[in-house]
Amino acid sequence: MEKMVNVFLFGKKYSVPAGLTIMGAMEYAGYKLVRGCGCRNGFCGACTTIYRIKGDNTLKFCLACQTTVEDGMYVATLPYFPIVKPLYDMEEVRPDEQIMMQLYPEIYKCIGCNACTKACTQDLKVMQYIAHAQRGEYEKCAELSFDCVMCGACSARCPAEISHPQVALLARRLTGKYIAPEAKHLTQRVRDIEHGDFTQLLEDVAAKPIEELKELYNHREIESDTATAPTDED
Amino acid sequence: MFTPEMLASAKKVEATRAQRIGMEPRRMTADEKDRLLEEFHPDYKMDSFDVLQIGPNKGDKVPKELAALLQANSRVQGLEFDLERPDYDVDVLIIGGGGAGASAAIEAHNGGANVMVVTKLRIGDANTMMAEGGIQAADKANDSPAIHYLDALGGGHYANKPELLKKLVTEGPGAVKWLNDLGVMFDKAPDGTMITTHGGGTSRKRMHAARDYSGAEIMRVLRDEVWNRGIPVVDFTAAVELILDEDGRAAGAVLQNMETGEYRIARAKTVILATGGAGRLHYQGFPTSNHYGATADGLILAYRVGAKLLYADTLQYHPTGVAFPEQIFGALVTEKVRSLGAMLINSEGEAFMHPLETRDVAAASIIRECKARGKGVETPEGCGVWLDTPMIDMIHGEGTLEKRIPAMLRMYLKYDIDMRKVPILVYPTLHYQNGGIDITVDGQSGVENLFVAGEAVGGIHGRNRLMGNSLLDVIVFGRNAGQNASAKAKTVKNGKLTLRHIEAYAKEMEEAGIVSDKVSPLLLPTYTHGRAKWQAEK
Repeated sequence: MEKMVNVFLFGKKYSVPAGLTIMGAMEYAGYKLVRGCGCRNGFCGACTTIYRIKGDNTLKFCLACQTTVEDGMYVATLPYFPIVKPLYDMEEVRPDEQIMMQLYPEIYKCIGCNACTKACTQDLKVMQYIAHAQRGEYEKCAELSFDCVMCGACSARCPAEISHPQVALLARRLTGKYIAPEAKHLTQRVRDIEHGDFTQLLEDVAAKPIEELKELYNHREIESDTATAPTDED
Repeated sequence: MFTPEMLASAKKVEATRAQRIGMEPRRMTADEKDRLLEEFHPDYKMDSFDVLQIGPNKGDKVPKELAALLQANSRVQGLEFDLERPDYDVDVLIIGGGGAGASAAIEAHNGGANVMVVTKLRIGDANTMMAEGGIQAADKANDSPAIHYLDALGGGHYANKPELLKKLVTEGPGAVKWLNDLGVMFDKAPDGTMITTHGGGTSRKRMHAARDYSGAEIMRVLRDEVWNRGIPVVDFTAAVELILDEDGRAAGAVLQNMETGEYRIARAKTVILATGGAGRLHYQGFPTSNHYGATADGLILAYRVGAKLLYADTLQYHPTGVAFPEQIFGALVTEKVRSLGAMLINSEGEAFMHPLETRDVAAASIIRECKARGKGVETPEGCGVWLDTPMIDMIHGEGTLEKRIPAMLRMYLKYDIDMRKVPILVYPTLHYQNGGIDITVDGQSGVENLFVAGEAVGGIHGRNRLMGNSLLDVIVFGRNAGQNASAKAKTVKNGKLTLRHIEAYAKEMEEAGIVSDKVSPLLLPTYTHGRAKWQAEK
């Protein structure tokens, strides 16, 4: 007999197998999910969930697809949370301090309670990346927020009503577009392709009969994997 | 945590680790690969396929689960709609909110079209979001579109449609630059050079990544861009049937609110299907790495209006799905783990193959190790082999694994498995629909004004896709479809709309003697996790 645990889905008690995720437990209980279920693999932030374990006062946030049920778990899902998303034109914005003041002035009302960090389902230093955003340190904000799945748990807990995931997204886009150094080889290659420099080479290969292509493929030179290993990181 | 049997086997992996560093296992010959695939790849398991009895691909074999949905009843059969009073009237209707749909929306918007996206979940709930490893593009000095072409062609068993593949590889660098300029944060060296690695079957290091959140980073930027442009996104709304005009051209869709059940009619001058893959159909009982809505809806919708499918019998089983722990069974372990040097090791501690063979070969090889050679490791869900992740930091230096594949590390740490210190157990998982709807190079299907982009397309990747060519394909062909659909929309005058194809298809089914108790598209799978289904259903 499978080991069972009691979980309270929206307060109602269900007995479910101990090994299931919270999402699995809901489905085992008979829910057919529409909201609150997206990638089922911890990347999309659709299944934000709040729980308390009986006898423990701590309020916890998690992704339902990535968290195993525990006995006495009281569960509420948060499939949607209204976070602020101002519209902007990436071609117009610049990575200066003004842009955060314009678009997300509420970040300067942060009271330093750290509730966002405690709520983060990805264990990110949320309050810290907001501090970087306040100071216009977008690269640092981007670095610390990179693994954000935009589940909104931080915003749900924030007394200053900050929309952390959107702040971080802007910081990352500014970093990717304006701050990170240009990949010159990429720019050059795109130009060369547009210029037609590679067209003939490709047409020549594509025009070959299958048998010849097989020969080419089976005997093609494969770039060594070890040569550049230690140097491709800073 | 691991069982005692697993730990005993992991010890053997640890024992051979040091001597494996720096050595490269032999790659298989073409003949060895062919024999391996025939014997062990799921695509070759003939009793798992059915032959279609009706429609444009009559006589072709497709997975049983797909055949059952292709030859099923319309969800709106017998219902009456006033098609001349549509709820939405747009130039370009995009069905699907993943990477291809979002890219198409941005380009259609650039083209000046009045564009609308409908998606049955939220924009971004898509396989794009979950693509971890990276995106290929031939942008390094030792590389070229021609070399990329040959890699993809050989990997695809020479079945790729040449004009589609040419477009894919030629526009690769442009696609990466487009994303970079939208603000996607690719992994770069301090001088701006893209950090690139190998993927299975690549002959040059052309895999660009954003840690192991490559698809997520791309998707959240594309989604933000769609929002910034004010493009309407109607979420939690599925397309349940396409609408044609009297000349048989695509002209809209019947939509249904996933929560309230309410139907809506959308009229459009052109339609783009960007509905993604089919992992949630769990072909041959495999687990899947796909998102919740990957149920081949686009194939069903297109087939019913007469669009031809191509290579619908070829699926990609990603060699390294999670085999243990059971909570994340079938989840993806990115190929980047192998790109960074981790080897596939059997229960005896032997490296039984080169870690960077193409995905079909790697999957078949793992299945052989477990099923035929008895060198798999037993798990609660079946069997697995080791992926020797501690090798990564040994090769590249401490901290590399955490920096380059943080999502994987996080996923396993939740189950107290530190993949920096211990190897992990993997087994193939249903990952990608190689085939799909046949298109011409403009992105159009056999049905006029019906464009297709992304995983719903067949032919770009032949019979097996290489890692990193899917993120590339959703961008290249998503943009392409958006551009062409918006240009085409300018020339289209909507005729009278009709759903006559539903009756016609039902009649074809009847004449072929097909009786189905199913309706399609499926929209979402049903899971009960072992609880008897009759209990779970009302």
